[in-house]
Amino acid sequence: MEMINLTIDNKSLVVKKGTTLLEAASSIGIDVPTLCHMHLHDMNIENKPGGCRVCVVEVKGRRNLAPACCTEVADGMEISTHSMRAVNARRTIVELILSDHPADCLICAKSGKCDLQNIAHHLGIREIHYQGEQSHYREDTSPAIIREIDKCILCRRCETMCNEVQTVGVLSTINRGFEAVVSPAFEMNLDHSSCTYCGQCVAVCPTAALTEVDETGAVIRALSDPTKTVIVQTAPAVRAALGEEFGMEAGSLVTGKMAAALRRLGFDHVFDTDFAADLTIMEEGTELLGRLNKYLAGDKEVKLPILTSCCPAWVKFFEHHFPGMKDIPSTARSPQQMFGAIAKTYLAEKMAVKREDLVVVSIMPCVAKKYESSRDEFAVDGNPDVDYALTTRELAQIINLANIDFKSLPDEEFDNPMGESTGASVIFGTTGGVIEAAVRTAYEVQTGKTLERLDFEELRGMEGLRKATIDFDGLPINIGIAHGLGNARKLLEEIKAGNSEFHAIEIMSCPGGCIGGGGQPYHHGDVEILKKRQKAIYAEDKNKSIRKSHENPYIKKLYDEFLGEPMSEKAHHLLHTEYFDRS
Amino acid sequence: MPKIKLAENTINQIKEICAQFDNQEGELINVLHQVQNKLGYLPAEVQEVIAKELKMSLAKVYGVVTFYSFFTMLPQGEHPISICMGTACYVRGAEQVLTEFKRQLNIEVGQTSPDGKFSLSSLRCVGACGLAPVVTVGEKVYGRVSPQQVSKIIAEYQQGCPSEAKSA
Repeated sequence: MEMINLTIDNKSLVVKKGTTLLEAASSIGIDVPTLCHMHLHDMNIENKPGGCRVCVVEVKGRRNLAPACCTEVADGMEISTHSMRAVNARRTIVELILSDHPADCLICAKSGKCDLQNIAHHLGIREIHYQGEQSHYREDTSPAIIREIDKCILCRRCETMCNEVQTVGVLSTINRGFEAVVSPAFEMNLDHSSCTYCGQCVAVCPTAALTEVDETGAVIRALSDPTKTVIVQTAPAVRAALGEEFGMEAGSLVTGKMAAALRRLGFDHVFDTDFAADLTIMEEGTELLGRLNKYLAGDKEVKLPILTSCCPAWVKFFEHHFPGMKDIPSTARSPQQMFGAIAKTYLAEKMAVKREDLVVVSIMPCVAKKYESSRDEFAVDGNPDVDYALTTRELAQIINLANIDFKSLPDEEFDNPMGESTGASVIFGTTGGVIEAAVRTAYEVQTGKTLERLDFEELRGMEGLRKATIDFDGLPINIGIAHGLGNARKLLEEIKAGNSEFHAIEIMSCPGGCIGGGGQPYHHGDVEILKKRQKAIYAEDKNKSIRKSHENPYIKKLYDEFLGEPMSEKAHHLLHTEYFDRS
Repeated sequence: MPKIKLAENTINQIKEICAQFDNQEGELINVLHQVQNKLGYLPAEVQEVIAKELKMSLAKVYGVVTFYSFFTMLPQGEHPISICMGTACYVRGAEQVLTEFKRQLNIEVGQTSPDGKFSLSSLRCVGACGLAPVVTVGEKVYGRVSPQQVSKIIAEYQQGCPSEAKSA
């Protein structure tokens, strides 16, 4: 490996050839400000179009300033990261960006979390010396994501996520010069495109050009309506990230405080999506074993591998890109939708509340859940099973609004019957978790034996594509795991070509799974935060007294009192769904 | 998403062109050139076929089509007229030439005359700055064009294509 000698701010250093000036500076603790640049280490995702020029540094002997993010080191370079010339240029650049940016920071959805605002603050910009025309573009509202293009700084981060990571290919920069905008093909609105609403564009957008649809107002109105019974469910990944919104360390588990906060907000019952995740395992696991046993009995028509179906962005992805394979994923609805369907039937009856007077709110790490809850098939006579799906960030917003001091809340429990859950359901929040939960139940149902070891380390991790073979008492079950839709696409191509070795595949759209969902607190490109959230999820699983979905006593009761058995006609009607060709 | 309405034959022509470039994503611009050459313009449905053949996103194809002024999504006239508005041509009076074309043809930039004979566009530099201001009609390049010459150029094409007449 060729090594390069250079100095940065008068400090000598030796780095590998091919290192960028930004990486070299960072290796000796010098932080060059960046704006468009984004590097998600470990996931091999880097966005460095060199477009914003905020990271320019002075190179001795070079005529112009060099963008540190995309200039490689060369022998003998003498770099100054904060010479008068570099700093002045940086300020000019940011002023120019601000000159074509709405100055509504005080009321902006991203205020306090905006990378552009941060950098303007960091550079001490108090005046914008440039005044000229501002670019304008129509606002685009979809069921989940809002595009407010006037706030776009053309950093291309969303484009990288949409094209390279997710291979969804909806967003691209179109037109040129002052007219350039990031847009779907033919400037169509998102809801006409093949956007999956995964929200990874929202997760990385430095400004408020891309945000989730804000439903906090509607939820607050429902909470203050005395004629409504308002219940809430919280997804597994939320408890491992919500604390960050209140300044807590990444990876803090706030399950109890979250339940307490929701109760103080006025929800009539505080339930848990984890309960529905256990229910998902009962249905999906039964479906898996059904298909597997048919296959083992010699039925060559049976569709294998079975694919998980909890992730709404993933569902929309295959409906658009692989419609010919829509009979391969499990027909099981996602936990959010199973919860809604059970709440508005079984629970409503138990509580003697009319369907239309029961409002189901879900707290999700996800932007696509807003879209999922709006799908026609998840409503009865126009009344949706889930009325509102808030992101983790939106929940934090209403907690703040209610003056709740989150950090000093006591730990409280969820309500029953739909608040009881197992360790298996908690791990739904991370890549590998759904399939591990399914294995814990499927193993015992299939073999009739008690599983000795519950931690399937071989299914865990952060690799984008993973595989493992689990021994079902002499029967080897091949399992595939993909997170990030680009990785999912690879497995789908294999299945299409007929070379898939797997019996079951878990797919989550967001890198890291739901812990890295588009609705989670912004991680600003720090993958360490995702790892900490993942650790928290597994810790919660370990702490649970029951760790297998089929042992959840309230799930057993639900089948006894209401559903009969997994895959029964009633279960089919309420807990399963169908998919559509959207190509 | 608009549905493909192209004739089978047209789709095959596009596929053939893509195949000539080994369906390589990196050949997009060449493919677009050839397809526009053949069909005259690049409507949405055509871009969909190209995106599929080159296995790239439709948004990216559209991004390239809208970036380069040479590519057009609107049907062109029989004789597409382009006036260079690059720096050299502009300072030597291209704008007056353009105004004269607009006046005589009674159309705006981006439009086609009602009889389908002429369409008008402006472009940025054809690389013949020494001949500024430059006008192209189809493949033919006219240099040092003055507003007074405009009627003569238009007349040349009203009786049919002069270059064809010459070669015959």
